[in-house]
Amino acid sequence: MELTMEARATGESPSSELAARVMELEKRLALLEERSEDRVTIIVFSGDLDRVMAAFIIATGAAAMGQQASMFFTFWGLSVVKKQASFDGKTVLQKMMAMMSPASSQALPVSKMNYFGVGAKMLRAMMKQKNVSSLEDLIALAREMGVRMIACEMSRDVMGIKESELMPGLECGGVATFLGDALTSRASLFI
Amino acid sequence: MSTAFDKVLDARGMNCPMPLVNARKEIGTLNPGQVLKVMATDRGSVADFQGWVKVAKNVELVAQETETTDAGSLYVHYIKRTA
Repeated sequence: MELTMEARATGESPSSELAARVMELEKRLALLEERSEDRVTIIVFSGDLDRVMAAFIIATGAAAMGQQASMFFTFWGLSVVKKQASFDGKTVLQKMMAMMSPASSQALPVSKMNYFGVGAKMLRAMMKQKNVSSLEDLIALAREMGVRMIACEMSRDVMGIKESELMPGLECGGVATFLGDALTSRASLFI
Repeated sequence: MSTAFDKVLDARGMNCPMPLVNARKEIGTLNPGQVLKVMATDRGSVADFQGWVKVAKNVELVAQETETTDAGSLYVHYIKRTA
């Protein structure tokens, strides 16, 4: 009723009013679709071999499915993207941290039954037997497939990990870098 | 009944996520309209390929077959590149 009165007042027919509304809705729908990209964002907080394997399998799987994938490495997750450990120019606490944390992805422990690294070696051997790609292969694959890899600047600085200790070609960023990707993702994971 | 295909990917022995990753690479070498046949031994690949075509805009699952061989089950997927 309101519609017809309004239409009379402006001299438009109800159908053209409807067409205008449909156009407006289509515009808003297009805007909404634009906001959500085909992206998966993963925070790698953990430095446990098993969890990190899961993160990389999801990231490479997503990339294979035509999605963009972003991985944000923070705290213990930074060990995954370390290529070596160094002690030069570090404070005592930072040196202790470097000594106690894995020097690279090769040295990651497992989240359960690690037994000073024996568990991790066992899991790696069992995965090899089943022809599952190694973590290092998955990392290389992720990079090759264009998975965006970001090292958290703040936790890197706190833990005293130098940029020269990390793999080359990583991006560095903070919370807004993560949120910028997460807010336009279809899925976000915290691992 | 056999399904026509243009290229074969042997993903036997590969485990998650490699059949998918390699299939994706191979699909990129095909022209739109062509079909890739993927042979896999990974049982999870059956659901994986269904998931892939659900989200990707440029592929379509033409057929899926399971063959029983002496070495175990063989999962065959036919994927068409649509765009």
